[in-house]
Amino acid sequence: MSRISQCAARARERGRGLLIPYLVAGDPDFDTSLEIMHELVRQGADMIELGIPFSDPASDGPAIQRGVERALGAGATLRGVIELTGRFRANDARTPVVLMGYLNPIETMGYAEFSESCGRAGVDGVLVVDMPPAEAGDLPALLAGREIDRIFLVSPTTTADRAQEIIEHTSGYLYYVSLKGVTGAALDDHGSVARNIAKLRNWTSLPVIVGFGIRDVETALAMNKLGDGIIIGSALVERIAQLPAATSRESAHISEAVALIGSLRKALDAR
Amino acid sequence: MPDAETPFSGPDETGHFGPYGGMFVGETLIRAVSELAGAYAELSRDKEFWKIFDADLADYVGRPSPIYLAERLSDAGNGARIWLKREDLNHTGAHKVNNTIGQALLAKHMGKTRLIAETGAGQHGVASATVAARLGLECHVYMGADDIVRQAPNVYRMKLLGARVIAVESGSRTLKDAMNEALRDWAANVDDTYYIIGTVAGPHPYPRMVRDFQSVIGREARDQFLERNGTLPDALVACVGGGSNAIGLFHPFLGDSEVAMYGVEAAGRGLETPDHAAPLCAGRPGVLHGNRTYLMTDENGQILDTHSISAGLDYPGVGPEHAWLKDLKRVHYVGATDAEALAAFHQLTRLEGIIPALESSHAVAWATRLAADMERGQHILINLSGRGDKDIEAVARIEGADFGTV
Repeated sequence: MSRISQCAARARERGRGLLIPYLVAGDPDFDTSLEIMHELVRQGADMIELGIPFSDPASDGPAIQRGVERALGAGATLRGVIELTGRFRANDARTPVVLMGYLNPIETMGYAEFSESCGRAGVDGVLVVDMPPAEAGDLPALLAGREIDRIFLVSPTTTADRAQEIIEHTSGYLYYVSLKGVTGAALDDHGSVARNIAKLRNWTSLPVIVGFGIRDVETALAMNKLGDGIIIGSALVERIAQLPAATSRESAHISEAVALIGSLRKALDAR
Repeated sequence: MPDAETPFSGPDETGHFGPYGGMFVGETLIRAVSELAGAYAELSRDKEFWKIFDADLADYVGRPSPIYLAERLSDAGNGARIWLKREDLNHTGAHKVNNTIGQALLAKHMGKTRLIAETGAGQHGVASATVAARLGLECHVYMGADDIVRQAPNVYRMKLLGARVIAVESGSRTLKDAMNEALRDWAANVDDTYYIIGTVAGPHPYPRMVRDFQSVIGREARDQFLERNGTLPDALVACVGGGSNAIGLFHPFLGDSEVAMYGVEAAGRGLETPDHAAPLCAGRPGVLHGNRTYLMTDENGQILDTHSISAGLDYPGVGPEHAWLKDLKRVHYVGATDAEALAAFHQLTRLEGIIPALESSHAVAWATRLAADMERGQHILINLSGRGDKDIEAVARIEGADFGTV
């Protein structure tokens, strides 16, 4: 059983909603990302999604775009992101790490080298935003060979036939995009999320995690009730953007930046 | 209208030209592009649709555009005869309108009420705003903040036509960033919005659809040239940014093995420098904006900033069909520098009284070099894809001329 499936099974046993924060790896630099990752776990994150910085993040809203620009400005690369996962893994053998990004950096590295180095570093899942299953080539098989989960998105515009096809290619968890738009946009149609997740339940027993546009405790609770957990991206990246420069930073600044995750953990568990 | 089958016919059912093309978009957009592919597949089999398209091109755009023998330009090179396909004479001043007429008809057919477009030089933005005005559709044009400065007259034209021009401040603030922003808009407004992509790039079906609309250029040119000369030209030359004017000229000739073809990319300050926009000459395959194609990308897969004197060629990718035709060696892809394009801009203006767009000037620059190496009895046909009125301020600025005084 993969680390993601074990993590999801533990949460399911205890009736606990999965809390998955997203950060842009290398924003503002890799050392800070590492500190943030450990602090996220201390405050109650179940898994971590690490964004792979890419110069043209066409599915992302302004908050994550700026995070990506900061990371690239500091010299972040895909190799650096994988290395970061390895450094995290050296001190945390339990928390799953999912890499999320766009295809070009992965294609440039080569699918075989990417899968191999992810396997070595302890990456647990890969989600490529602009790579539908039909265009995935041999990447899923290479990842499966390294026991890395293949995570795909389902959105409000996904048809029933297509959702079932996506599910066949997915392992670990299914990422349900809560809205029509980019990351961090306004999530106001809870009814559509409820209806679509209910349909997905007929076709899969995979955990369904809801992401895009969850910014506060109220929405987080509502979405957690509909799915098996939530992903918090833009709201966290905005707080990371406020961190003081490394020279004048104390560890309290990191825990403050991540406090949103701590309070969401409390709210989800109090349910 | 779709051209007849040749050994170079593409794409396949799923939008692939060999290893290139495809449908690499986020899940939210998959249904939109699939519906578009379905709607276009249906409409492109409908003779009535092509009749309306042809009538609009005749009455509204002013087609057919003529071919013109540039005698003084030819004499200056003392080599092959140089002919121009006069897309600069189209309504709105470039080939771009051929495509926006077709896509706006499709948008209307699909019941969409809101058009969005990206633009670099502003020609596609103007062509989109034009058809939107004519059909009474809302129009939003995304344009890089730097390009807005470079192409001020076109920005004002779009506004006069009733379009909203949105400055894109992210990334390199040019065409690629405008395209990212348009894709984001589309994801947020998929229900009522039609995205008019201005070139033969993007996810399937755009590369095929835009080519079908632009192929009118090559079909006309082929007939016109045969009628005038009884033979086909020995070589075709067109500039390549995304590559819509080039594929429009080339496609109907792909089966004519005696016709050589040259796509001219923007070599900027030189292909040996990092400052150019020539992915086919100096890039490598990758995935951007919905398709796999040659890209300007670094060793970590980040898209590189590009440079060209011409905003319309300042793009790090290129249509996937060009990537395929390069690998098949059917078309030769070459570069012309900023300086060569600028010299050709002046040469054509002074010798023929035709001010070409800076984009098209790249094709003129390469063609005059090519002509000098060919026999006097041979013929080159250049796609003069646009007129240079939009560029005179930029040229004045580059050359330090005092624009507005005599």
